[in-house]
Amino acid sequence: MDVLKIATAGSVDDGKSTLIGRILYDTQSLTDDKLEAIERNSKRKGFDYLDFSLATDGLVAEREQGITIDVAHIYFSTQQRSYIIADTPGHVEYTRNMVTGASTSQVAIILIDARKGVIEQTLRHFYISNLLRVKDIVFAVNKMDLVDYSEEKYLALFDEIQTLVSKTKYKEQHITCIPVSALQGDNVVKKSANMSWYTGKTLIEHLEQIQPQDVYEEAQTRFPIQTVIRPKTSDYHDFRGYAGKLYGGDLAVGDEITILPSGTQSTIKEIYFYDQKFEKAGRGSSLTLTLTDDVNVSRGDMIVKAAEKPTVEKELKATICWMDKKPLTANTKYSLQHGVNNVLAKIVDVETIEETNFSGEKTEASQLQLNEIGVIQLKLSKPLFFDSYEKNKYNGGFILIDLQTNTTAGVGFIK
Amino acid sequence: MWIAFINEEEMTENVLQTNILESEAIYIFREVVAQFEKPVLLFSGGKDSITLVRLAQKAFFPAKIPFPLLHIDTGHNFPETIEFRDRLVQKLGLELIVRNVQDNIDAGKVTEETGKYASRNMLQTETLLDAIEEFGFDACIGGARRDEEKARAKERIFSVRDDFGQWDEKNQRPEVFDMLNGKINLGQNVRVFPISNWTELDVWSYIEKEQIEIPSIYFAHTRATFLRDGLIWSADDEVVYREEDEKIEERVIRFRTVGDMSCTAAVLSNAYDIASVVQEIRQSTISERGARIDDKRSEAAMEKRKQQGYF
Ligand SMILES: Nc1nc2c(ncn2[C@@H]2O[C@H](COP(=O)(O)OP(=O)(O)OP(=O)(O)O)[C@@H](O)[C@H]2O)c(=O)[nH]1
Ligand SMILES: [Mg+2]
Repeated sequence: MDVLKIATAGSVDDGKSTLIGRILYDTQSLTDDKLEAIERNSKRKGFDYLDFSLATDGLVAEREQGITIDVAHIYFSTQQRSYIIADTPGHVEYTRNMVTGASTSQVAIILIDARKGVIEQTLRHFYISNLLRVKDIVFAVNKMDLVDYSEEKYLALFDEIQTLVSKTKYKEQHITCIPVSALQGDNVVKKSANMSWYTGKTLIEHLEQIQPQDVYEEAQTRFPIQTVIRPKTSDYHDFRGYAGKLYGGDLAVGDEITILPSGTQSTIKEIYFYDQKFEKAGRGSSLTLTLTDDVNVSRGDMIVKAAEKPTVEKELKATICWMDKKPLTANTKYSLQHGVNNVLAKIVDVETIEETNFSGEKTEASQLQLNEIGVIQLKLSKPLFFDSYEKNKYNGGFILIDLQTNTTAGVGFIK
Repeated sequence: MWIAFINEEEMTENVLQTNILESEAIYIFREVVAQFEKPVLLFSGGKDSITLVRLAQKAFFPAKIPFPLLHIDTGHNFPETIEFRDRLVQKLGLELIVRNVQDNIDAGKVTEETGKYASRNMLQTETLLDAIEEFGFDACIGGARRDEEKARAKERIFSVRDDFGQWDEKNQRPEVFDMLNGKINLGQNVRVFPISNWTELDVWSYIEKEQIEIPSIYFAHTRATFLRDGLIWSADDEVVYREEDEKIEERVIRFRTVGDMSCTAAVLSNAYDIASVVQEIRQSTISERGARIDDKRSEAAMEKRKQQGYF
């Protein structure tokens, strides 16, 4: 069975959590005890309906304020496949949590309140989904019950969305638009009797037919080394295994490889997974490799195929989504984590802040505030071996870690 | 189980079939060992921590698991679990550290609850925090899953705790792609959850496929039991509080989770082997923690415990 990873997006109160709860309810994924808890708590809050957001808003502060603060990961499955849904917060203050949820997702469901239409936060989340290169976008026009299930209203919004979509640069993206009511359950799992004018798929029908892809599908072989395994037991006295996860491509015994940064050449001798040896392994696998030569390899080094080298540079330019209260300014230092590799990074220049409203506007800037997106230049203490984020999500993304607080302060996408 | 993407013509060769969840867990284990100086695996004797042990074996083969196991013994564990624990540790040649809640009670550091719903569940936290300090553990690996409970659904894979073991749930670090930031300040430590993204069914299917041994109480057996609040409780042991009028009856039951005896209820079951357990979980209409009285105390029970340093 395959798995589809989805994130919700859209502004505060547009109905993201309610939608997830509704999906769980209508696919019979809520167990009796969980459903009873929702019934009990809805009643206690004085609602005459089931407040499905209670299924995902797991923190006290969230339930008190009726908003989502941090991402919740929800699991369910249909006959077809397993789903992981990241229910993300809509409030601009928690954008970094939205990025956390969306970064591993293939699909983003962007909710729009039919009464309010496309608003600033809708644009921001669509912009971030584009930056992350989320392949499938569903615009769910929600709360159709509050606009009398009006076709006219929906068509007007549909036009608005089309105009928006025409402004993106990420043309391989798949876009769909569905009118729903998360609260009443129209077109979520069940076809709406209130919107007979809509002849398209329900949300779940649409999700079921999306072809799950892994994000490294078109990427070249990248094998970053996490740790070197040296058992030093009598059976495996000279064993030296390079443990890591394979991102993109494949590896087979006999493949000629290059080790970065040294540039040393060698050949794959064995591919271990646990106590078994294999001839070949595909992307996504956590493996242990041995090489025909006794080479010097340590954590952070990367094994690539001799003919498929990434860029090796000490300077780079990247789009940054800033996540720390302390603004990002030039001439500061951060620890840069690129996969399992850490180097020191100096911020040479904060070039521009990008508007997230698709106006294409870029303002010159000297610093980036929390939740702002901009372009920066970095200088590194050691060369990094990377691809552009477009080519390989793993090998083109990085985080910046604050040297004092150790918190993850920003996420970068290499140009 | 989710299988990664491999072309069909390659199926005939000796090609590794990747289970994505397993691969992710192994990746996390390796990050822990590479990023921390003193990791430890919190071992409860339950199916999730047993699964963790297998995943750790896979992550470091042919080397031994490079960290010890820590068991916080409430003194209210099922005897079957303790026997199982000792056998497993011996078989794999692992280092086991046991710290007892009873010691803290005897020293007067904590007071035990009394009465009908008394449990030592909360007291575990204190003993755990003491052990973390005693050994200077900087990463504690646990088997919590996000599908278990809605506060857990909010937690990161690397979850930073302060000196007091507290979880600052409103201010978690972003965790993007599969990059794990294990950098911490003095006094902080990290709780690590390698099977965050597994569901209960994923764990059981894995145990079946890997033929992992688990304690006998997970399978159907006859036991002296009594009923309270619509739940079935073991009457075999004095640590489970029972009122005079709560009648003992023999029932064929099994346990779906293995927590403290005093707060883990049984379910009626005919699942004598792993295949039938998997089948039963597939068809179940109540959640795993539905039979855990510690979660039923309030809507926010789990979140409150986590804030205080509970697993
Ligand atoms: N009438 C109506 N109300 C809805 C619908 N969907 C959601 N709501 C209500 O809108 C409010 C907000 O819903 P949530 O699901 O909490 O919104 P959210 O998008 O998750 O909000 P954040 O997570 O805080 O960004 C709640 O009162 C819901 O009951 C709908 O389809 N129709
Ligand atoms: Mg929400």
